[in-house]
Amino acid sequence: MSKPHDHDHDGGHHPQPLSGIEARVRAVESLLLEKGLVSSDAIDRVVSAYEKDIGPLNGARAVARAWRDQQFKKRLLADATAALHELGIGGLQGEHMMAVENTPKVHNVVVCTLCSCYPWPVLGLPPAWYKSPPYRSRMVKEPRAVLGEFGVKLDPSVEVRVWDSSAEIRYLVLPMRPKGTDNLSEDDLAKLVTRDSMIGVGTIASG
Amino acid sequence: MNGVHDLGGMDGFGPVLRERNEPLFHADWERRVFGMMLATMGQGFYNLDEIRHSIERMAPAHYLGSTYYEHWLAGLERILGEKGRLTSTEIETRLTKLAATAPAPLPARNDSTLADRLGQAVYAGAPSSRGKGNPRYRAGAAVRVINMNPSGHTRCPRYVRGARGVIEHVHEKHIFPDAHAHGRGERPQMLYTVAFEAAELWGKDAEGRGRVYVDLWESYLEPAGFVRKTVPRKVPRRPRAAARKQKAKRR
Repeated sequence: MSKPHDHDHDGGHHPQPLSGIEARVRAVESLLLEKGLVSSDAIDRVVSAYEKDIGPLNGARAVARAWRDQQFKKRLLADATAALHELGIGGLQGEHMMAVENTPKVHNVVVCTLCSCYPWPVLGLPPAWYKSPPYRSRMVKEPRAVLGEFGVKLDPSVEVRVWDSSAEIRYLVLPMRPKGTDNLSEDDLAKLVTRDSMIGVGTIASG
Repeated sequence: MNGVHDLGGMDGFGPVLRERNEPLFHADWERRVFGMMLATMGQGFYNLDEIRHSIERMAPAHYLGSTYYEHWLAGLERILGEKGRLTSTEIETRLTKLAATAPAPLPARNDSTLADRLGQAVYAGAPSSRGKGNPRYRAGAAVRVINMNPSGHTRCPRYVRGARGVIEHVHEKHIFPDAHAHGRGERPQMLYTVAFEAAELWGKDAEGRGRVYVDLWESYLEPAGFVRKTVPRKVPRRPRAAARKQKAKRR
């Protein structure tokens, strides 16, 4: 978009013209507001839940708990929805959760080939690459090649399990606990857990 | 529908491009689109399956050539139009008006009751399960995905159709998207996670040891080992044989 007025003439506030998409969104929002179909504060409220509260720290807390507490890990693997509720984690796009465990012999990774399904309550909103055609098209057919691009090199003997979220079940990968972390507290363990490791496109380096 | 959204197994899209320190939203308009989607769906103006199908119906070139939240905007405009909430004429008229005036912040219209309700819904969720059903398949059962090519919405990806797999998990009954996206009600059906060997899906081009797990509704499946034979033509043997005998007699 050209921005013919992106400099200030007089030092005062001088708004730039809207881009095509900005104008379109403005048009739709203004109409929905006028019709009383949405409210400004309702839009702000749902957005701020994901900007300020719901994100990968939730998933990291659950992973750290599972690493420290074998009973919790059992419950997480048996009924992830209920186990996550114990930690106060749940909500939209996490109504039916399953946790899948990485081991030295099995590597799990999550994709949604049909759209962008992602476990919001544990990981927040997905990054752009997760929703992009390259990831969605390739992960089911050549997961090792894609994982390699992410820096995850797997021995050929490791079985790759790709979970395509085609229904309303949402998947959380339980990454392997790095060696040398036996003495870490749950909070410190949680700091090691990355978003990518819980999607399955990352591993966690030894502490 | 065999749409452009059904990307599993396609080639040619190149490497997965990642952005360093990617922000949650790249621009304020993305934030507004996200909020409008949750606020309108949260009030039941349309359901999740309807909005998915709305996005799927984008022209393929537009779908591939636009960003994620542009998909959401296109889907939102279409579904709100179909539901009689907002017409494309209204949007075009408003765009013309906006182009003629200096951009100014939108005057806020607040409704704290609605904001509270939708804020709570984010944490409450909207389960799609509809209770335990009567599963036709048990874990470990061999199944085959039926051949199907519906022109409407389905959550059965093309790359598993016709493939044999094994039931990994038996879930509960879940809202059936193929009906729910088209105003035919929830029609809940048993949902299964089905495991497919990579070699079953990709043949000699499979990459290595591995499996793909796909969540599929019961009507997408049939028992494996069931071979759809061509229906034999009903040949009335006896009468024919009898006719031959009669012919022989007459000779």
